[in-house]
Amino acid sequence: MQDLLYFFQQLINGLTIGSTYALIAIGYTMVYGIIGMINFAHGEVYMIGAYTALIAITGLATLGITWLPLVLIVALICAVLVSSSMGWAVERVAYRPVRGRHRLIPLISAIGMSIFLQNYVHLAQGSRNIGFPALIEGGFQFGSEDTFPMSISYIQITIFITTLICMTALSLFISRSRIGRACRAVSQDLGMANLLGIDTNRIISATFVIGASLAAVAGLLLGMYYGSVDPLFGFIAGLKAFTAAVLGGIGSIPGAMLGGLILGVAESMTSGYLSGEYKDVVSFSLLILILLFKPTGLLGKPEVEKI
Amino acid sequence: MAANNLKHALFCALVTLIISYPIIGFNLEIQGINITLTGATTSTIGMVLLAAVIVFLFQLFRDRIMSALRSLPNPLPQPRKEPMAENKRARIESWVLTGIVVLALFWPFFVSRGSVDLATLVLIYIMLALGLNVVVGLAGLLDLGYVAFYAVGAYTFALLSQYAGFSFWMALPLGACLAALFGLVLGFPVLRLRGDYLAIVTLGFGEIIRILLNNWTALTGGPNGIGGIPDPTLFGMEFGRRVREEGNTSFHETFGIAYSGEHKVIFLYLIALVLAIITALIIRRFMRMPVGRAWEALREDEIAARSLGLSRTAVKLSAFTIGAFFAGFAGTVFASKQGFISPESFVFLESAIILAIVVLGGMGSQLGVVLAAIAVTILPELAREFSDYRMLVFGAAMVLMMVWRPQGLMPMRRVHIELKKQE
Repeated sequence: MQDLLYFFQQLINGLTIGSTYALIAIGYTMVYGIIGMINFAHGEVYMIGAYTALIAITGLATLGITWLPLVLIVALICAVLVSSSMGWAVERVAYRPVRGRHRLIPLISAIGMSIFLQNYVHLAQGSRNIGFPALIEGGFQFGSEDTFPMSISYIQITIFITTLICMTALSLFISRSRIGRACRAVSQDLGMANLLGIDTNRIISATFVIGASLAAVAGLLLGMYYGSVDPLFGFIAGLKAFTAAVLGGIGSIPGAMLGGLILGVAESMTSGYLSGEYKDVVSFSLLILILLFKPTGLLGKPEVEKI
Repeated sequence: MAANNLKHALFCALVTLIISYPIIGFNLEIQGINITLTGATTSTIGMVLLAAVIVFLFQLFRDRIMSALRSLPNPLPQPRKEPMAENKRARIESWVLTGIVVLALFWPFFVSRGSVDLATLVLIYIMLALGLNVVVGLAGLLDLGYVAFYAVGAYTFALLSQYAGFSFWMALPLGACLAALFGLVLGFPVLRLRGDYLAIVTLGFGEIIRILLNNWTALTGGPNGIGGIPDPTLFGMEFGRRVREEGNTSFHETFGIAYSGEHKVIFLYLIALVLAIITALIIRRFMRMPVGRAWEALREDEIAARSLGLSRTAVKLSAFTIGAFFAGFAGTVFASKQGFISPESFVFLESAIILAIVVLGGMGSQLGVVLAAIAVTILPELAREFSDYRMLVFGAAMVLMMVWRPQGLMPMRRVHIELKKQE
């Protein structure tokens, strides 16, 4: 019984982390699906989202506003606004001018952008990690205190629900809306979509904005969950989310969700049963193994090399 | 058109404000357990506004500015200029290079200890950048975990000296070979992957190595690192004040001169110099050998190269292994120079810096890479008060370089004939 509870606890922790990975992974997978490049700076966009949310929350607290729904909504709006603007600007400055060149060039440009943004926040806000106030506290507990109590905190529930809402909204947006249809068309054939009168530049910008907004949501959620932010935490999270995207099949949106959940569970099982220090090793090894044996991921389409 | 421009310019200025004001305009401060938010100084906010105005004006008059810029003469060397005749160029080059080497040999005896120390670091970066240049510049494989091989070299020496009492000269070839072996073992499975996947896998590998070094406390000392790494010896002569190992003599006693800490620093510098020259010469040879030509052929057009009978795996693997070998070389020298290593020295940023050197110098060009290594290492030392901005400028430079001059400051040139355009 106790072992079972312990297992479920790890499962729930994993699913919580995994669903935020999935939110970030969407940004990687959509961009990759459309222009075939890895947006290395995406993790930094997520980090900036978390910082903005923290700034908004602290600002509201200074003004004396503590009503929780209002605080959360304002923080969310600020984070999404800043992150999506950042996503738009990054695409404009660093990716659009190099689009269509040799494959390595956009990638190096993206790494440069990632370093730039890390240090931008580092210079503006210092390199120390800053505590994120625990806005949502408490939770449910199962099992007795003297054995192993399994707990689901309210913040975990919030993360699940928010992720679920975002994913549903995204799916509806991609399948129903005009821009969503255009996104799918562009990801199938950019040149052809252009010929048919779709403003592909705008669609690509829209992709970056959508990805960045979801990353900002993840930034707020994970900031509250982990309880601290620092300028470097976007890098590892970005890498994990990229792993999730590859795991699910890069370019596929359901794949990113699935990949995120699997990766989150794999990580929390590692830290639950082996050791917390090796969880990064496990996820990177997972990435390497997937790329070696099934580079298309779980739900990805096989890519044919054209001659 | 004008109205459209205005709208776009306003939008860009607004975005500039949105992405800079919240992050720069407010400072989070930790006071005890509370976090407080303070507004930034007026001058900082003025800068943010100024940036927005500049973006606005630039976007408004973008067409005119761009056409004005295009009509300016290009100050950088034109990549299309006719290269000099091969034999003439080779002669001039060899004279210049000999001059530089002679200068570099005698230079440390006349300057301060700090500058020699810095120069040794520059030479280590030159070795690393030359090695990575083979992988990224020549073979076109983006390796983001290059620092892992550097770490393998450094830790090989540190561990061998700690547990088996190996000296620098015994560990140097071993460290390099072990790094090359790592390159071979890693390269074998991953080189089938396409460019950007390869980049991510190598990045993951680099992180795995670092995490293992950090957590395998029993062997590597974990985050505390390994200290007491011996200095190199000159034919059994040690450079310390007292002899550490039996059977060795000390340098200053043998030659009957007063002990000075500078001897060791200069000796290390000279070792690094010789090794860097050896690295450059070996790689230069490789570039002219069939395998070097094959690297470039594969980089330019993989399908064409394969249909001409080149083995993709063998060619890529050779580049990867050779690159790793020189990283191991550099790692051993680094361990010896520092006397202490910890996983801190082998983070991803280090890989990014080496990559930036290769990119800035011009992928494939040895001279460019050497100059970039010197610039990237020395410039932050010269501008100490701006050292905080070093990485910021780095990132921006990488982006701008890719946008404006992806071939680097000194692109690789070779004799070639341009196809005539059809009339």
